[in-house]
Amino acid sequence: MDSVMWSRLLTAETLGFHIIWATIGVGVPVFISLAEGWGIYKKDPHYILMAKRWTRGFVITVAVGVVTGTCIGLMLSMLWPQFMKLVGNVISLPLFLETFAFFFEAIFLGIYLYTWDRFKNPVYHWLTSIPVILGSTLSAVFITTVNAFMNTPAGVKYNPVTGKISDIDPIAAMFNPSTPSQVAHVVSSAYLTCGFLLGGIAAYHLLKNRNHDYYKKALRLTMSVGFILAILTLVAGDISGKFLAKHQPAKLAAAEWHFETQTKAPLIFGGVLDEETLEVKYGIRIPYALSILAHNTPHGKVIGLNDIPKDQWPPLYIHYLFDMMVAIGFYLIIVSGLFVWNWIRKRGNEWNKWILRAIVLGAPLSFVAIETGWIYAEVGRQPWIITGMMRVKDAATTAQHVDTMFVLFTTLYIALTLISIAVLIRLFRNKTPENELHHMQFPVREG
Amino acid sequence: MSLELIGITVLWTFLFGYLIIASIDFGAGFFSYYSMLTQKEHIINQIIDRYLSPVWEVTNVFLVFFFVGLVGFFPDTAYYYGTALLIPGGVALLLLSIRGSFYAFANYGARKSRIYMFLYGLTGLFIPASLSTVLTISEGGFIEKTNQGIHFHADRLFTSPYSWSVVFLALVSVLYISASFLTYYADKAQDTKARELLRTYALWWSGPTILASLLVFWGISRHNPAHFHSMLNISWMFVASFLCFLVAVFLMWKKRAFGVAFIFVMFQFAFAFYGYGYAHLPYLLYPYVTIQSALTNSTMGWALVIAFIAGLLLLIPSLYLLMRLFLFNAKYVRGQSK
Ligand code: HDD
Ligand code: HEM
Ligand code: HEM
Repeated sequence: MDSVMWSRLLTAETLGFHIIWATIGVGVPVFISLAEGWGIYKKDPHYILMAKRWTRGFVITVAVGVVTGTCIGLMLSMLWPQFMKLVGNVISLPLFLETFAFFFEAIFLGIYLYTWDRFKNPVYHWLTSIPVILGSTLSAVFITTVNAFMNTPAGVKYNPVTGKISDIDPIAAMFNPSTPSQVAHVVSSAYLTCGFLLGGIAAYHLLKNRNHDYYKKALRLTMSVGFILAILTLVAGDISGKFLAKHQPAKLAAAEWHFETQTKAPLIFGGVLDEETLEVKYGIRIPYALSILAHNTPHGKVIGLNDIPKDQWPPLYIHYLFDMMVAIGFYLIIVSGLFVWNWIRKRGNEWNKWILRAIVLGAPLSFVAIETGWIYAEVGRQPWIITGMMRVKDAATTAQHVDTMFVLFTTLYIALTLISIAVLIRLFRNKTPENELHHMQFPVREG
Repeated sequence: MSLELIGITVLWTFLFGYLIIASIDFGAGFFSYYSMLTQKEHIINQIIDRYLSPVWEVTNVFLVFFFVGLVGFFPDTAYYYGTALLIPGGVALLLLSIRGSFYAFANYGARKSRIYMFLYGLTGLFIPASLSTVLTISEGGFIEKTNQGIHFHADRLFTSPYSWSVVFLALVSVLYISASFLTYYADKAQDTKARELLRTYALWWSGPTILASLLVFWGISRHNPAHFHSMLNISWMFVASFLCFLVAVFLMWKKRAFGVAFIFVMFQFAFAFYGYGYAHLPYLLYPYVTIQSALTNSTMGWALVIAFIAGLLLLIPSLYLLMRLFLFNAKYVRGQSK
C-alpha cells in the first residue's frame, strides 16, 4: 500500500475515534446543565447528584477527546500537506475560531468542576455550565463548516489549469451551501446520542432491579429530551437529503443505488447489488420515497449515477451505511416515543422490561449511526477531498513511514479505550448513587 | 505594523505563553514522580494538584492555538514542516496524548497508579525535548528541498551538537520555571515545608539553565552564523535576560518576594525568547520559508486578526475569572475550600 492509502486509513481511524469522544463532549454538557438547572429549580438533590456524576464521567471522556483532537489537528498538516497548502488560507478562519471555542470551554470546565460548593447561590454555579455548552457546541459548528467546505467549496476561485486559487472570501467559505444542513444534523445528532448514552445507563440499572427514583428520573429526563432531539435529527437529516440532491447528486445516488435519472424515484432499502448489470435484488422498494426525500414531492427529478462520469462514482457500499443510519434514526424515535407515551398517558407499564432493553440497545446504536453517517458523508465524496477541486490522491503526504505511524496510533487508541473504560468502571462501581444520596444532607423529596 | 509581523508576534506570544504554563505543568509532573520515588510526595503533591487540576486543559489549548494559528497565517509552513516532521511530530503527538489522558485518569479517576505517575512524569521531559527540536530544525540544514520533494535528515539532527544543546536547555528550563512557580504557589499556600523543598529545586536548576543557554549561543554561532550575528545586534536583550535571572535567583536565595521572583523568571525567558525570535526573522524555515513568502492572502490574514481580537475580548475576562478563583484566591490555594 502507498502513502495515500495509509494516510486515508490513519485519518479515518483518528477521526472515527475522535468523533466518539467529541460527540460525548458536545452532548453531555447539555444534559448536565439540564439536570443541574432542573434540580435547582425543583430543589431536588437527585438531579444535582445526576449532574455531579455525569460531570465526573465527562472529564475522563473529555480528556480523550482533547488528545485525539490534538492529534487530528496536527495530522491534517502532516498527512495532507498539499491539501493544507491549497486551501489552508481558505479554511483557517473556522479552525482558528474553533481554538477560541476550545479555550472558552476549557476555562469554564475548569471552573465548573471545582466550584460546586463555592457559591452561596447555586444558580451561579449553574451559570458556568452555559459557556461550557457554548464552547463545545461552537467547536463542533466551526469544524463542521470546514467539512462542509470540503463538500461544497465556496468563497474561492479555483483555476484548474494553474492549480492556484484566488478571490478568497473567508466568510463565504464558512457559510458554504452545505453548512446549514450539515451543522444542524451534526449538532442535533450529537445531543441525541448523548441522551441515549445517559438514558441507556439509567435503563441498564433499572433492568438490574435497582429501582431507586434516581434512575427513573434520569431516564425520564433523557428520554423526553431525547425524543424531541430524535425528531429534530430526522428533520435535519431530511434537509441534508434535499441538500445532497441539489449539490452532491453523486453522493445521494450512490447511497440509494439510483442509476437512471427519473421522477417518481423509489427508495431502496437494503438489498444486494449485481455490480455487472447494476440490478438490485431483494431490496425493499418504497415507491416515490426517494423523490420525496430529495425534493418533497413525488414528481421531483433525482439525478442518477448514469449521468455522472464513472471515474467520479463514490464506492457503492455506502448504500448500506446510509440505510443503517436512517434505520437507527427511526428506531430511536420509536423507542423514545414509546417510553414517553407510556409515561405521559399512563398506559402500559412505564418500566416495561422490553422498552428498557430497547433503550439500552439504543446507546451503542446511536454511536453506530454517528460512525456510519460520517463514513457515508466522507466516502460519499470520493474521489474528491474537495469536491471538484482536489482529488484525495493528490492531497496526501509523500513522506514514507505513514504505516509505522498507523501502527503506533492504533496501539494508542486501543490502549486509551481500554484504560478509559477501566477508569470509568472503577470510578462508579463502588460509588453508587444510592450510597452517595445517603451521604447528602438535603431532605429528599419523593417524586 | 505589517500583517506578517502582526501574525508572527501573536503566534510567538502564544508560544511564549505555552512555554511558561506548559513548563510549569511538565516540571510538576516530573517533581510529582520524583517525590514519589523519594517518598516526599506528601510534601508537595497537594500543592501541585491544587494548581494543575483546573488548568491542564487550558495548557493544551495554547499549543493547539499556536499550530492552528501558524498554519492559518503561514500555510506554507504546513507543507514544509508537515512533510518533513511526520515521524518526530508523530512521536511528540503520541507523548502528548499519553500525558493528557493519563493526567485525567490519575486525577479524576479512582486512584493514583504508579504507572500513570511514571508516564506522566517522564512524558513531561520528553515532550519539551521533542518540541524544542522544531526550533532547531527551523535553523536550516535539516530539511532539504529537492526535485523529488521535501526531505528530512534525521541523522544530521541526531548528531548535531547544537541540537543536543537545545534539548538540554529545554529540559533544564522546564524544571527551573516549574520549580520557581511552584515555590511561589507553595508560599501563598503557607506550606513552608513544600516551599523549602521546591525552593531548593529552583535554585538547584538555575545554574544549569545559564550553562545551557551559553551552550546554545555557542551552538548557533557554529550552526547558523547569520542568525548569531543578528542576535549580537540586539545583544542588550540577552543581557537584560541575564540581569533578570540574577534578580530572580537573588530573591529566591534570600527567601523574599517569591511572586516577584517568578515575574523576573518570566522576564528572563521573555527577553531571551523574543530576542531569539526577533533575530530569527524573517525566516520561518531557513532558507526556504520567510514570513513574507509564506503569508496567507491578505483577506484571510485580516479576518484572522479580527477574529483574534474578538477572541481575546472573550478570553481575557474568562482567564481573569479562572485566575481569581484558583490562583489568587488565598482560601482555595490553602486548600480550605473545595
Ligand atoms: C445519531 C446519529 C444519526 C442519526 C440517527 C441520523 N443521522 Fe444522518 N448523519 C449523522 C448522524 C445521524 C452524522 C454523523 O451527524 C452525519 C455524518 C456527516 C454529517 O454531516 O452528519 C450524517 C449525515 C447524513 C447525511 C449526509 C450529509 C452530507 O453528506 O452532507 C444525510 C443525507 C443524512 N445524514 C440523513 C439522515 C436521515 C434521513 C436520517 C433519518 C432519521 C438520519 N440521517 C439519521
Ligand atoms: C468532523 C468530523 C469528521 C469525521 C468524523 C470524519 C470522518 C472520516 C472518515 C470516517 C473517513 C474515512 C473515509 C475513507 O475511508 O475513505 C474520512 C476521510 C477523510 N476525511 Fe473526514 N471526517 C470529518 C471531518 C473532516 C474534516 C474537517 C477534514 C479536513 C479538514 C477531513 C478530512 C478527511 C480526509 C482528508 C479524509 C481521507 C480522504 C478520504 O478517504 O476521503 N474530514 N473522514
Ligand atoms: C463533528 C465533528 C467534531 C466535533 C463535534 C468535535 C468536537 C470536539 C470537542 C468537543 C473537543 C474537546 C475540546 C475541549 O474540550 O477542549 C475537540 C477537541 C479537538 N478537536 Fe474535535 N471535533 C470534531 C471533529 C474534529 C475534526 C475533524 C478536527 C480536525 C480538523 C478536530 C480538531 C480538534 C482538536 C485540535 C481538538 C483539541 C483541542 C484542545 O486541545 O482542547 N475535531 N473536538
